[in-house]
Amino acid sequence: MNAVAAMPPKSFEVKPKLDESGTPIGELLEISMGPHHPSTHGVFRMDVVLDGEKVVKLKPVCGYLHRNHEKIGENISYLASMPYTDRLDYFCSMTNNWAYALTIEKLAGLAVPERAEYIRVIMAELTRLQNHTSLIGFFVHDMGALGTPLMYAFREREKILDLFEEVSGARMMCNYMRFGGVRVDVNDEWLARTKQLVANYGRFLDEFETFLNQNEILLARTQGVSPLTKEQAVNASLTGPLLRAAGVNYDVRKVDKYGIYSRFDFKVPLGEHGDLYDRYMMRVLEMRESIKILNQALRDIPAGPVMDPKAKLRGFRPKPGEVYGRIESPKGELGFYIISDGGPNPYRYRVRPPSFINITILEDMCLGHRVADVIVILGSVDIVLGEVDR
Amino acid sequence: MVSWFPNKKLETLEQIKLRIESALPLTKLDILPNECPAGERSLVVDASRGLDVAKFLRDDAQLKLDYCSNVTGIDWPEAKIKTKVKKKVVVEGVEKEVEEIVETLRSGHLEVVYHLYSMELKHGPIVLRLRTANRTDQTHLPSFTPVWRGAEFQEREIFDLYGVIFDGHPDLRRILMWDEFVGFPMRRDYVEPDDFEYEPTPHDEVLDAAKKHYPVEVKAEVKPEVKA
Repeated sequence: MNAVAAMPPKSFEVKPKLDESGTPIGELLEISMGPHHPSTHGVFRMDVVLDGEKVVKLKPVCGYLHRNHEKIGENISYLASMPYTDRLDYFCSMTNNWAYALTIEKLAGLAVPERAEYIRVIMAELTRLQNHTSLIGFFVHDMGALGTPLMYAFREREKILDLFEEVSGARMMCNYMRFGGVRVDVNDEWLARTKQLVANYGRFLDEFETFLNQNEILLARTQGVSPLTKEQAVNASLTGPLLRAAGVNYDVRKVDKYGIYSRFDFKVPLGEHGDLYDRYMMRVLEMRESIKILNQALRDIPAGPVMDPKAKLRGFRPKPGEVYGRIESPKGELGFYIISDGGPNPYRYRVRPPSFINITILEDMCLGHRVADVIVILGSVDIVLGEVDR
Repeated sequence: MVSWFPNKKLETLEQIKLRIESALPLTKLDILPNECPAGERSLVVDASRGLDVAKFLRDDAQLKLDYCSNVTGIDWPEAKIKTKVKKKVVVEGVEKEVEEIVETLRSGHLEVVYHLYSMELKHGPIVLRLRTANRTDQTHLPSFTPVWRGAEFQEREIFDLYGVIFDGHPDLRRILMWDEFVGFPMRRDYVEPDDFEYEPTPHDEVLDAAKKHYPVEVKAEVKPEVKA
């Protein structure tokens, strides 16, 4: 089950009807997809020009959820930005918290206690599990498998969200991490329940893969659709599973080794063709690796404090300077760029949103494909509009 | 500890600066210090030579910065900067060190910061900074989208929120705000529009604002007192 899409890609090139001189017969149709279709994953619109069913031009239109997150961040204190980061990518609030906390720790030179580092890894990998699981549910939902796979995915996701709720008080808006550690400690019962969940997760994935991996409709809709080359993917700053599906070995967990990721034994799965099937398979394989990390982290977690005693949350004024911190969020590289002028608020607070930058070459991915594929391609990019629009 | 990737050491910023200057003569480069010890120092590039420097950094065999991770706009309005300078003064025949506060005027400008990494060699970041001449009429900078496609949407965002005009950008339009929007909301001196109309029953400061717009007096709804 660990091999990625060995089948050769099929050719789905659609040839428009041409007259003798080679110009297409009939006129081009301009349609506006969105902003309220459920499959567009939020309030997102695409201006598409079609030749028959073939896409000849596509322009993404975003900003419907824009609230100028960065300006808000400049006008409130460092600590007050923490709950706002939950609202960026509301599927993965834990990793958003971590990225922000990591950046501020780098800026102020704070240390994180051992136990807090382990808790952060556990939270981040659980987030990766629930994000990828629900993404696969949405992905097959976009292909017309209405409801059932999504419900299976959401059943598992809800179990993880229950764990988050127990420890942080909220299912999705966790606001759990702080610079210098995490807000509250986890207890042994919680760890035992997490171990139980992780032990069962592999079986759920086996079941999910049995349904989907060799599913004829899924193969026909995904193999060979929207292939990306390595050069295209790197030049367009793609990150996350989308980049690795194109065969580029780049995972911030391995490159930067932030936190304590250097202690864990895990692999970075890579695709071959960069098509939709590889992108789907990449998520499945990453979840398998996340389970490996979780098993090691839950086995090794030490006892101890969860906050750096030197960390001062209220009245926090770091010294002047600037810093860029980044982590591997489930969607790609999530970065924060903070400039401090010594005051209580950051002078500049910038978010590098992975899903916003991953749709830069959405047009190139969709050109030449049919209009029904556009929805699936958008689904495979894995965007969350809270993060795209900020 | 298992190392998966060869941990290649990057040259220092001084070495990179020297190599750029020898490869591209007549290029003005400065190294901007960073007071944060964990943060990276950055390379301030002259806007007129920006594109050449970007191409050099991408194509150079030792650097291969093929991945433009992050593009940030920053607004630096005109400001007086106070710096402490230590001066030696002779007081009554004894030499003393006295701290003096010197005020310098910083001219306003907009700044665009690029964080560059190499996916192939797995190193980085190199931080590039480009500055406009002022904040009003000379806000042109070269676009790096022809070099790194990933900068396309981020440069559009900076155009949208800061008003930096990127020459050579293939599709420079507003991206987060709507096309008819006037102004650049991320600038430090941006003033929110006086949208007095959104409140159905204006009161307090909204009522004061509304009074300026209506010729007749606007009355807030007064609830009759409830007698117990």
